[in-house]
Amino acid sequence: MRYLPLTDTDRQEMLSVIGASSVDDLFVDVPAEARLSGTIAGLPDHASELAVERHMAALARKNLSAGEAPFFLGAGAYKHHVPASVDHLIQRGEFLTAYTPYQPEIAQGTLQVLFEFQSQVARLLGCDVANASMYDGSTACWEAIGMARRITKRGKAILSSGLHPHYVSVAKTMAKFTGDALVHEAPTLDAATDIDALIAGIDKDTSCVVVQYPDILGRIADLTPLAEAAHAAGALLVAVVTEPVALGAIKAPGDMGADIVVGEGQSIGVGLQFGGPYLGLFACKQKYVRQMPGRLCGETVDAAGKRGFVLTLSTREQHIRREKATSNICTNSGLCALAFSIHMTLLGEKGLRELAALNHGFAVQAADRLAKVPGVTLLNDSFFNEFTLILTKDARDVVRNLADRGVLGGVSLGRLFPDAPAIGHGLVVAVTETVTPEDIETFAKALEEELA
Amino acid sequence: MTMLKEGRPTAPQAINEADSFPATATGNRALMLEEALIFEIGSCHTTGVDFADAPKVAGRLGSLARADSIGLPGLSEQETVRHYTRLSRQNYAIDLGLFPLGSCTMKHNPRLNEKVARMPGFADIHPLQPQSTVQGALGVINELAFWLIDLTGMYGVAMTPKAGAHGELCGLLCIRAALEARGDARSVVLVPESAHGTNPATAAFCGYKVEDIPATPDGRVDLEALKARLGPDVAAVMITNPNTCGLFERDMKKISDAVHAAGAFVYCDGANFNAIVGRVRPGDLGVDAMHINLHKTFSTPHGGGGPGSGPVVLSEALAPFGPLPYTARMADGTIHLIEEDNVGEEMPNSFGRMSAFHGQMGMFTRALTYILSHGADGLRQVAEDAVLNANYILRSLDDVLDAPFGHSGPCMHEALFSDKGLAEGFTTLDIAKGLIDEGFHPMTMYFPLVVHGAMLVEPTETESKTALDQFILALRSLAGRAKAGDEALKGAPYFAPRRRLDETLAARKPVLAWTEPDLAAAAE
Repeated sequence: MRYLPLTDTDRQEMLSVIGASSVDDLFVDVPAEARLSGTIAGLPDHASELAVERHMAALARKNLSAGEAPFFLGAGAYKHHVPASVDHLIQRGEFLTAYTPYQPEIAQGTLQVLFEFQSQVARLLGCDVANASMYDGSTACWEAIGMARRITKRGKAILSSGLHPHYVSVAKTMAKFTGDALVHEAPTLDAATDIDALIAGIDKDTSCVVVQYPDILGRIADLTPLAEAAHAAGALLVAVVTEPVALGAIKAPGDMGADIVVGEGQSIGVGLQFGGPYLGLFACKQKYVRQMPGRLCGETVDAAGKRGFVLTLSTREQHIRREKATSNICTNSGLCALAFSIHMTLLGEKGLRELAALNHGFAVQAADRLAKVPGVTLLNDSFFNEFTLILTKDARDVVRNLADRGVLGGVSLGRLFPDAPAIGHGLVVAVTETVTPEDIETFAKALEEELA
Repeated sequence: MTMLKEGRPTAPQAINEADSFPATATGNRALMLEEALIFEIGSCHTTGVDFADAPKVAGRLGSLARADSIGLPGLSEQETVRHYTRLSRQNYAIDLGLFPLGSCTMKHNPRLNEKVARMPGFADIHPLQPQSTVQGALGVINELAFWLIDLTGMYGVAMTPKAGAHGELCGLLCIRAALEARGDARSVVLVPESAHGTNPATAAFCGYKVEDIPATPDGRVDLEALKARLGPDVAAVMITNPNTCGLFERDMKKISDAVHAAGAFVYCDGANFNAIVGRVRPGDLGVDAMHINLHKTFSTPHGGGGPGSGPVVLSEALAPFGPLPYTARMADGTIHLIEEDNVGEEMPNSFGRMSAFHGQMGMFTRALTYILSHGADGLRQVAEDAVLNANYILRSLDDVLDAPFGHSGPCMHEALFSDKGLAEGFTTLDIAKGLIDEGFHPMTMYFPLVVHGAMLVEPTETESKTALDQFILALRSLAGRAKAGDEALKGAPYFAPRRRLDETLAARKPVLAWTEPDLAAAAE
């Protein structure tokens, strides 16, 4: 029990100060029928560091990690190289083991990082302000719909067919209880995005249009006409970015008129981690800041006139407003925000643009090579680092068989959209800077054999 | 050695001395360095990362290619390391000392947990990989789920909620789905006034009307008032046990029985589970749903505010309504991830999905590592030492600080004091800021709301007696100064990287992002 510092002598001395004869006396308020007498059934007693590490390492070895195979999965989570300094710095105990900065005088490290993070995110997404982060992209997306409802006092959100289906599921779950009406259709294997259909669907009851950029099939489209149509009808445009590296190469949604831009920040600094913890990005126009959910860090001065930072605008939050709060959230993804911010600082604008160019270049090479495989059609000719292949077989089977050949070859649309069997032959392929020409060739050959 | 009751005041001249030294030109003070913002020291042309040249191909970005500057500063690798290392030194953290934030539970974060979470087999796998390639990861989820059910005496567990408040949402969504499944529309959730602010906010978000339940004079839920309010319109009661006054709800079983008799459900806020783990199973007390903050009870680090993780244990009545995805062990030993495309007929009542993927996997590996490191004997000792430490603090200070519920028996894992008895004009805030100068993170202030000027102290089980004794010494001294009206205390902290910060200014004129200074205006 290496984590527990009290000795039995300490315990006796402390009990005598308290005036109790045994520790059981301190549990006197627990009804006798609810007290456990023995130890927990089935759980072994404490174990050495070595023993626990062995157990966990054995479980880890049962997984095929992304670095061990040609790897082409995306669809909302991306494998990028994270510089060694990032993980080193986030493991500094003063960052890793700090809590929410409730005492700003001794939390300026965390607070300055959050202020810098907010500034970086706002610029990247093309917005005025960003918050200190949310759980992940999908929950940020739902919170954006809720925010649009508060701003417009309307309850109908139109979701693009290109929005990540898990994000749609989360929004549907929440809408059942909030009463929002959601309009959504599954995508088809069509090279065009649904911008025109979205514009046609906007009416006077619409609170917002939610569009992903690049979308779940990897397609990109100019959001300006959509923003104009939404604004003309008194609705907001919510844009969702699941691959922020893309914004090193393509225009930011905020710069095309989006009112709220949310995203998944996992790509920068955080890593795959089997789905979490991830990093929800949330930014908006200045005029909506008091309706924004989540924590905010702001600049101020101390009693001696020095610049400092504090958590601010807390009158929107659950601990002040309780049932009238803008959200029930009382945390952020602080450590992931730190990782994002460090990685972004290492990159800088120059590095981000180079990284984006590298991703795009490799993706173009891979798309051209894979499109030459017999039985493969490239759906979209406009993309960033992710595109959709249409196969002659159900992509779910192909993905499983490729895995047996040691290739992690993308995400099948059938797994993502089980209710839309017509797109089961679609395979979403992501290509980042971690992919080598050999990986692309191995993937292409395996796909050839699989489709033969 | 027993604890010194007499304490020792800190020398006020030490405070004045610091101010009397000449200022430095840089604003630095030897090892304590002022650090500018990255926007002030970096440039858009600097990078700390080397990349290979991008292949020469025709781009496919069309008219969307980005032309304008984004405005993101970069630093070289060494500048980056220095920037963040310097900033880190302006933070208090559990690695530096006692962090007695009541209800937030700051305990030692073992580094084995970090090592395990970074094993490539856990850290470098994609949430949508074929299931055959992630059997170990699904095994971790399944194994942790098993122990959470076992430790709480419940029937099932939803692993995907990403934080405590997200877990509350999950629990209430299960309750609402269960009620709707039996065609029983109910509109009210009852929440004791001592509850975390997230409880009423969550209930309101699920579309419920929130009503308060008062506390008794001894800091517990008023059972009679609760019974009187129960009726066919009440969907659930949200209760915290041990509660935020640091007390065990003695009538928990009676509360549960009354709530169930009225056709409603009991949601328990499990933020304080570390006080009873291994000693009490909430399932035995009639709880229907309870979130477990893995960062509190099972020591996953909170990283300056997050991430958290909030799995929700569920009773048999609620389990069928839990969220997707979840894991299931098959007869052949393989573990299946059940999600939209293979949910089949097993759980047709699931309320759906709460987040994009499978929850906080990086926290699951840490929490499981912690559970196995402690084992059955260690987890029981956790609760005992957490409660022992809190009572030691309570009894070592109750002669100098008002302990509003000190008369009503032992506390659990946290000790509650109030500002009663301080000199006119002295507040809980002054004590808290004074603690900073004494080298401690302050306790939770002004919560719970049921006590005026609350100071909620949670030492946790991983503090030594030596650390507690020093903390007690500091707090005795501060109590003495606040009672004696020592004006110097109102200016604390004096030794922190910043003096008291102007929070009103920050809220009145919010500056939430860095902008280029207006050089023309500055020159005037």
